[in-house]
Amino acid sequence: MSKNASIDPTPQDPTPQDLGFFSRLAHPGHFLVWSKYWLMPLTIISLALLLFGTYLAFFNSPADYQQGETVRIMYVHVPNAWLSQFAYAVMVLASVGSLVWRHPLADVSAKAAAPLGATFTAVALATGSLWGAPTWGTFWEWDGRMTSTLVMLFIYLGIIALWRTFEDQARAGRIIAVITLVGAINIPIIKFSVEWWNTLHQPASVFRPDGPTMPMSILLPLFVMFFGFSFLFLLLHFISMRAEILRRRVRALERRNAQRLREQHI
Amino acid sequence: MKAFWAVVKRDIKLATRIGGDAMTVLLFYVMVGAIMPFAIGPDKVLLSKLGPAIIWISALLSLLLALDRLFRTDHEDGSMLAMRQAHIPLEMIVVAKLLAHWLTNAVPLIVATPLLAILLNLDADQTLKLIFTLIVGTPALVCFGAIGAAVTVTIKRGGLIAPILILPLSIPTLIFGVSALSTGAIETASSSALLFLAGFTLLALVFTPFAAALAIKMGAE
Repeated sequence: MSKNASIDPTPQDPTPQDLGFFSRLAHPGHFLVWSKYWLMPLTIISLALLLFGTYLAFFNSPADYQQGETVRIMYVHVPNAWLSQFAYAVMVLASVGSLVWRHPLADVSAKAAAPLGATFTAVALATGSLWGAPTWGTFWEWDGRMTSTLVMLFIYLGIIALWRTFEDQARAGRIIAVITLVGAINIPIIKFSVEWWNTLHQPASVFRPDGPTMPMSILLPLFVMFFGFSFLFLLLHFISMRAEILRRRVRALERRNAQRLREQHI
Repeated sequence: MKAFWAVVKRDIKLATRIGGDAMTVLLFYVMVGAIMPFAIGPDKVLLSKLGPAIIWISALLSLLLALDRLFRTDHEDGSMLAMRQAHIPLEMIVVAKLLAHWLTNAVPLIVATPLLAILLNLDADQTLKLIFTLIVGTPALVCFGAIGAAVTVTIKRGGLIAPILILPLSIPTLIFGVSALSTGAIETASSSALLFLAGFTLLALVFTPFAAALAIKMGAE
């Protein structure tokens, strides 16, 4: 399995020995080899951090004097909200990589990040509305931040849908890189316009806790969960990148096999 | 510049002659706007309150519907290949096609707006304002639509994918377009919304032709 995986079926690729350090890291075949040794440590780190963070969140942090126990939802909500933006940043960097260097691994990275970003955004929205139901008395409020997160989710889902409509994935990578960058220019504009719209239509109906400065007992579990989820993102990104590379290889092998069969028949 | 106007003229001709369907978009626009009261009810006060929003949504949907034609026929019959070899850059050609598309799709909508305004019980002053915001805002919708059309032009069964990509990007235009019409206590906010709308349109005019041309080039390789 590992021996097969390190052989790249695309013959026009340069041999890994000719490349510099970073190119070697980014070579799809080499990526499959070195990323394999990262999976186990990443799994252990993220699981340990998430478990430890969950313990702290439930048993070692106080309930808020106003929000009560629901404040603990924050320990899941905030890391997911942060990763919903971070995943897009990863996609933007990967898109620059695939437009400038035409690098196949950059395409793979952008494609793998999209469903992860969509999931983290959806979890952030879901936990936010679960928190909002007892605290604000409503599952949904057209608050500026929530609305722009919802739009972000739509953008993610659009990009995923676009990935699924292309047959040629190499071409899809370059085209989707363009729309990803357009989205990157637009996201700040959308965020600004939604906040402007929100203040225009319903000034300060939403309770925005400036809150007391958070004590260490809340900050510590938040940080632990934050790093736990970040490592989880890294792990899932690696796994889905590997799966995508292998999927492309299977497709390339199938295509080659079909061609060979056809040549035999002619 | 001659080539630029040649492309504009060609596209207008193609859209207005038999086989072009510029009028379908217009019909769709008027029908979507006219069907809203059936869902809302014949409440004249409510209709005049919702009127600007209904008209903007109808315009947005109609323009999204028209999107698919922007590059697809040229891509399918090979004209796009010839255009990529032209002595003016592809970005210029995209601008020319956008101009022709706006003239044949958005301008008829704007002209038909007073008709919808009567149906939705808007007064003359509001109608004039609405037409003005549509003139300022629809170029931005068409420009962002161009990106969606360019990205999906190589997909055989694209269908709904371009509108799905473009709808989130149209939100700022929609917000500022409708906000520019608000009256009363937030009158000053409405004039700044109009300025934001104009700024957004100018921004779209500057950068979307490059993005659309890039997507077309990437798709053709």
